[in-house]
Amino acid sequence: MNFDFSDDLKQLRDQARRFLSEQCTPAVVRRSLDGQEVFAADLWREIGGMGWIGAAIPESYGGAGLGYEGLCVLAEEIGRAVAPVPFGSTAYLAAEAILTAGSDAQRREWLPKLADGSVIGCFALWEGNGNPEPVAIHARCVGGLLKGSKWPVADGGIAGVAVIVARDESGQPGLFLADLAGVRRRDLRTLDPTRNHARLDFDATPVEKLGGGWGAVQRVLDRAAILFAFEQVGGAEACLTMARDYALDRYAFGRPIGSFQAIKHKLADMYVALELARSNAYYGAWALGADATDLPLAAATARVSATEAFELASKENIQTHGGIGFTWAVDCHLFYRRSKQLALGIGSAPFWKHRLVDLLETRNAA
Amino acid sequence: MDFNDTPEEAAFRAEVRGFLSAHAQPKAGVRPILRQGGLDADGVARCKKWQATKADAGFAGLTWPKRFGGREASPILQVIYNQEEDDFVVPRGLYEIGLGMCIPTMMAYAADEHLDRYVRPALRGEEVWCQLFSEPAGGSDLAALRTRAERDGGDWIINGQKIWTSGAHLSDFGIIVVRTDPNVPKHEGLTFFFLDMKSPGIDVRPIHQMSGARHFNEVFFTDVRVPDSQRLGAVGQGWRVSLTTLMTERLAVGDAQRPEVDDLVALSRRLRIDGKPAVQNAAVRERIAEWHARSQGLKFTRFRTMTALSKGETPGPENSIHKLVNASKQQDIASYGLDLMGAGGLVVDDDLTEAYAMFQSALLTSPSMRIAGGSDEILRNIIAERVLGLPPDIRADKGIPFNQVPTGRR
Repeated sequence: MNFDFSDDLKQLRDQARRFLSEQCTPAVVRRSLDGQEVFAADLWREIGGMGWIGAAIPESYGGAGLGYEGLCVLAEEIGRAVAPVPFGSTAYLAAEAILTAGSDAQRREWLPKLADGSVIGCFALWEGNGNPEPVAIHARCVGGLLKGSKWPVADGGIAGVAVIVARDESGQPGLFLADLAGVRRRDLRTLDPTRNHARLDFDATPVEKLGGGWGAVQRVLDRAAILFAFEQVGGAEACLTMARDYALDRYAFGRPIGSFQAIKHKLADMYVALELARSNAYYGAWALGADATDLPLAAATARVSATEAFELASKENIQTHGGIGFTWAVDCHLFYRRSKQLALGIGSAPFWKHRLVDLLETRNAA
Repeated sequence: MDFNDTPEEAAFRAEVRGFLSAHAQPKAGVRPILRQGGLDADGVARCKKWQATKADAGFAGLTWPKRFGGREASPILQVIYNQEEDDFVVPRGLYEIGLGMCIPTMMAYAADEHLDRYVRPALRGEEVWCQLFSEPAGGSDLAALRTRAERDGGDWIINGQKIWTSGAHLSDFGIIVVRTDPNVPKHEGLTFFFLDMKSPGIDVRPIHQMSGARHFNEVFFTDVRVPDSQRLGAVGQGWRVSLTTLMTERLAVGDAQRPEVDDLVALSRRLRIDGKPAVQNAAVRERIAEWHARSQGLKFTRFRTMTALSKGETPGPENSIHKLVNASKQQDIASYGLDLMGAGGLVVDDDLTEAYAMFQSALLTSPSMRIAGGSDEILRNIIAERVLGLPPDIRADKGIPFNQVPTGRR
């Protein structure tokens, strides 16, 4: 039994944490929040240079070949820092989709550029409200030309390439790839301005087909769910640390508020949710690395657990801070916004709960 | 990451498996035994027989010193043994406290002559031990206990009352913490002993629990004489000795109690809502998913603990998470399962009701899980203070001699 990351990966995690605590300060995050920049482009270049984006991409396609456990520890730190960069869209979704469903030529063309950050990727799934299900997909590709609108697309306004979920000529949903140069798009105002979101309007846009049908779409979502769970775990731990520090610093009635059981028990509950989520995410990391048959259930479990942990931690962090936690100037809302962005981006908690039970039933029937 | 045993662990697992297959019945396909919390004479006899079998085969006290019949094995082997034993029907409920808490405390503090006398019979299950800690006025605030011990030559004379003592009515010996000096602050006036439960002046009265069972006891002490040679630790150091006992309690990681989430899934396949299996109902599915995530989270937290153990690290207060999550989960799953049954859920006659009345039984036993061995509230305090580093509670009794601390509304 070795259910922990290797010493090398722990070192990578510590380096990433140190780097981000210096280079991705709240002041950097707030430049995106306040609209001074769409995303932290300098930070993105450095992250690309260090090989983080391509952590799980094989070296033969320009990646660092660190494996999925490497990408998991980096995801946790990206989440902890609420980094305003298109990391998930590029690494967990676009690159993963091309790696999973692309031809060798498509991989050779796009993965090196995604790995070094010179091209940003996005995953165009949503067409407004709904769940990630075939019935929600209306965009259609006929004769290599795509028609349809996709919104919201995380990082759609800054991406150079999109992996799009659309129907083929026979009506089967699957994955397509498009260079976004010349595609009409506009940025959307969202709950989390520290991440770009856009609407993409495809009007007979030339696209290439990636392999696989809905199964490939679901496979990409399952794998991304584990990586996003690590971001959520990182964010939840940052909230717990913030709330703990504030509870030690803030005095009321002549004593630190952290000495009141109402606060202590709240923080204990945040800790419990975080630890359960972390353990489920670790199992997901193992499943990713081993490409286990159990991966879909592990992913749904990690997703449900991590979404609950980050939502709880981010809202109770505000509550622990009291009035000051509700101000623009204090960082609590950065996490609160990000927790909802991450909760909705690849299907919300109810969707993943239903999927979890579907998978549980399939397993039990087997 | 991997879930593989080391060669040494794999060999041990095979050895355990061989022993269990030869001496016990596999659980698979056997109707679950619902522990109502009490053991009858037959149950006691079965426990004793099993413990002797286990000890003679060298699987009891795995981590203990060889001179007491142990193997001096790494704690990870104990975990492996527990995992394997969990797949077999074996009698439980008589030795957990004695071997898990009392004897380890003895090994930390008792004189060699006492260890030579008591450890092996305890390991073979010939003698049963109980832990006499809680009192009517000292539960979560254990150090507020009032049972007195006064010196009388080479002996101590104990007077007072203990409560919630599991298995006292079946026990031969017990460990006890008592007040020897009420004139100093509460933690400073305590002293720790072990004693013979058949001593004159001990009166054990089983408590009729809300579940209907009788497992806990009240234990009354009237002029009970204990030799000073049975003192563990120095006079006035009883609190420190108690903490040793309570630390071992935290290491005894509790496995999930039934009904587990799989029992709920099975139940919701059989029951119907709107003419369809309940498992297809959206609300039911969400609850199942939430409990599954919690259950798996605990399982993998245990795997992380095992990893730490196999690296030679010692699990700390973060282990409080297991009972805190499990106890409420069991109570909530039991209650929800009954909700799905509707009025039929009221029936406890196990010929008529679902799952051998497992849900009904758990509804009535689960409240004790949230209280015994550290209440939910105390476990949250432990996490807040010892894991997160928050300040201890402001105590109204701090530094005040025990006999001047307020004890009730006036």
